[in-house]
Amino acid sequence: MAEARMIDIYIMGSRYQVPEGLTILTALEYCGYRMIRGCGCRAGFCGACATVYNFKNDPQLRYDLACQKTIEQDMYLVQIPFFPAAKALYNLEEVEANGEQVLKLYPDLVKCFGCNNCTKTCPQDIEVMWFMSDALRGDIREVAIKSFDCVMCGLCAARCPQGLVPYNIALLSRRLYGRYLAPPSKHLEDRIAEIEAGKFDAEIEELRKMEQSELKRRYAGREIEPAY
Amino acid sequence: MPYPGYMEESIRKVEATRQRRLKETFPRITLEEKAPLLQKFHPDFIEEGMRKLLVGPNKGSRTPNEMADVLEGNSRIDPDKIDLLRIDYDVDILVIGCGGAGASAALLAQENGADVLLVTKLRLGDANTVGAQAGTQAADRPNDSPAIHYLDTMGGGGFTNVPELVEVLVRDAPGVINWLESLGVMWDKNPDGSIHELSGGGASRLRLHSARDYTGLEEMRVLRDEIRNRQINYLEFSPVIELLMDDKGQVAGAILVNLETNELSLVRAKAVVIATGGMGRLHIQAFPTTNHYGATADGLVLAYRVGAELIFMDTMQYHPTGAAYPVQILGQLVTEKVRTLGAQLVNADGEQFIMPLDPRDVVAAAIIQECRRGIGIKTPTGEVGVWLDSPMIDIIRGSGTIGRELPAMVRQFGRYNIDIITEPILAYPTLHYQNGGIRINPEGATTVPGLFAAGECEGGVHGRNRLIGNSTLDIFVFGRRAGRAAAQYVKGVKLGSLRLDHVRQWQRELERAGIAGSRAISPLLLPDYASHMPDYLPDYGRQALAVGQIKIA
Repeated sequence: MAEARMIDIYIMGSRYQVPEGLTILTALEYCGYRMIRGCGCRAGFCGACATVYNFKNDPQLRYDLACQKTIEQDMYLVQIPFFPAAKALYNLEEVEANGEQVLKLYPDLVKCFGCNNCTKTCPQDIEVMWFMSDALRGDIREVAIKSFDCVMCGLCAARCPQGLVPYNIALLSRRLYGRYLAPPSKHLEDRIAEIEAGKFDAEIEELRKMEQSELKRRYAGREIEPAY
Repeated sequence: MPYPGYMEESIRKVEATRQRRLKETFPRITLEEKAPLLQKFHPDFIEEGMRKLLVGPNKGSRTPNEMADVLEGNSRIDPDKIDLLRIDYDVDILVIGCGGAGASAALLAQENGADVLLVTKLRLGDANTVGAQAGTQAADRPNDSPAIHYLDTMGGGGFTNVPELVEVLVRDAPGVINWLESLGVMWDKNPDGSIHELSGGGASRLRLHSARDYTGLEEMRVLRDEIRNRQINYLEFSPVIELLMDDKGQVAGAILVNLETNELSLVRAKAVVIATGGMGRLHIQAFPTTNHYGATADGLVLAYRVGAELIFMDTMQYHPTGAAYPVQILGQLVTEKVRTLGAQLVNADGEQFIMPLDPRDVVAAAIIQECRRGIGIKTPTGEVGVWLDSPMIDIIRGSGTIGRELPAMVRQFGRYNIDIITEPILAYPTLHYQNGGIRINPEGATTVPGLFAAGECEGGVHGRNRLIGNSTLDIFVFGRRAGRAAAQYVKGVKLGSLRLDHVRQWQRELERAGIAGSRAISPLLLPDYASHMPDYLPDYGRQALAVGQIKIA
């Protein structure tokens, strides 16, 4: 097995040597940090491990998810395990799906001056500033589509000089879109009505009481719709 | 770090056979072929990986050693040191865990008039749900029906599933899709509003409802927001370490610990819903896992100690396609949606060896077989895998499909300079899901009064093998049912005085079995990756640690 090269990293200012190839998260663990906060799905989906880093000779701050980013020589690391962020409370059944509604719940939205820090911060490479301007214009659909891959790590809110919370504005917009603006699915409504009317009861009952040998025969002989 | 140079030759072979394979359909496995393949190559059948439980309601049943270790564990508390008169929270219903199942249970319990406290070990929504990528099954297209969904689910589970549970699973499914949409979940849709549904392993119809490849994340972030909007009380970083009972033998609350301060709190509750998820972080048979950091089977341990019966604890799901390369994402999920969209599985010679949409247990066993035959691809860290030929997707479905349908996968591999649009993915099975769990009835009630369970911690509905898209269905179907049933149940319950006698009895049982001294403490709460290296990390990492190369400046 290849000997791994050991490299220097700095965790909250202290130097550690760790084998090359670890992620920021596994490097922290390698050094003996047992994570409570700042660790979630460990696969880039949950946003728990928002992390800030720069380099010994390069003060420019960078942002990423600790579970996804590979360590590099001379990294200075710190995690942001929690960041206070405003969330508007609302009853989805009593709101309207338009731009005024978003502004009513998040009036500070107008304070966005387009510095683009949010976009530069996003570990998912989402055009955060652009969807914020879509939100200002009241284009909920655009906000929903542009923000869809958001893991809600909170880095955009942590870096916003105006104290805005782009990820919560995006979540509101997506929920409004999903609830009110997405075209309804007739086949789904029809099927629910059929189930309620008991259309499939007899057939399921029959399968449920069927001898296992017969059930296996039915399964083996069932028609399979092509995948594409 | 794209693929190492020595893999080039094999990648060329994959490319060379691609045009031919586009027209080639590998036959589905027959029921006759399935049994011997599983017995020879599926990890569930490795005898030395299992043992019989020595204590508890399932005494004598087999389960993986790692699961037995926690189920037979010692309590974290000394009952004599707990003041049961000092109640911190007095509620109707305590929900433990906040993934899809816990969140659904809390919402439905509150809607049905109960005073709810939701507690979770990490943050609200930190659960396996967020990592679910492919989609949620529901038979709602005209050529589909709940009966066909029933048949697919039973067949996928080896006809061992509990029929009454499967029946409610398939019957509730379309309603669940509609409920989630009414809360604002954005399903992938066609312009006419019909849902853009996909196939899945073991499913005979296109039935997967997706939200790109962020389906579970989309479901979870909506439910989490709704919990906050409805101002349901919740406590984060507060796992349960033991359930409370009353003098009538009913479950009556729980003891919580603040993970950061070690402070204990007592919750008195007329009913408890366990929704604590799975066990991947036990690393059964040293497999890497797709699971969340908190997936340590805590709920099973808690339920087992109050006498709840478990079911199918000898079967775990190994997802066929965990990432085998690069090492940074070893064992992480490569969604089945990649196969659903058309990617085939091929060996080092570029040849197919299994129908990619057979059920997961079969596909996982076939990949292991192929690698044991020596026609897998070795990685620089000693792992082995087969190719998942992702570039086929854009050829079959048109350029841009991968980018649109699999943004999370493109992003994840892109970080390591692997472009899954033009290069195949190296994959090997990874520990993914607990097929069995706490025995429930269709209302989510366990065999112990006052205790309900929902989601991955319960078992029976999937039999011995769960199908794709039936877990993110299970969590909502049984989460909603358990929440509703618990709210109904508490209306008629009078609690007696609180007791911890079950913990004393448990410890006596461990003593009698002669294992009290040799078993660790459980529930585990979190895996320990800090004081030792996890088995799935590269050898050089372990060696370095062993010789004490950590230097602190």
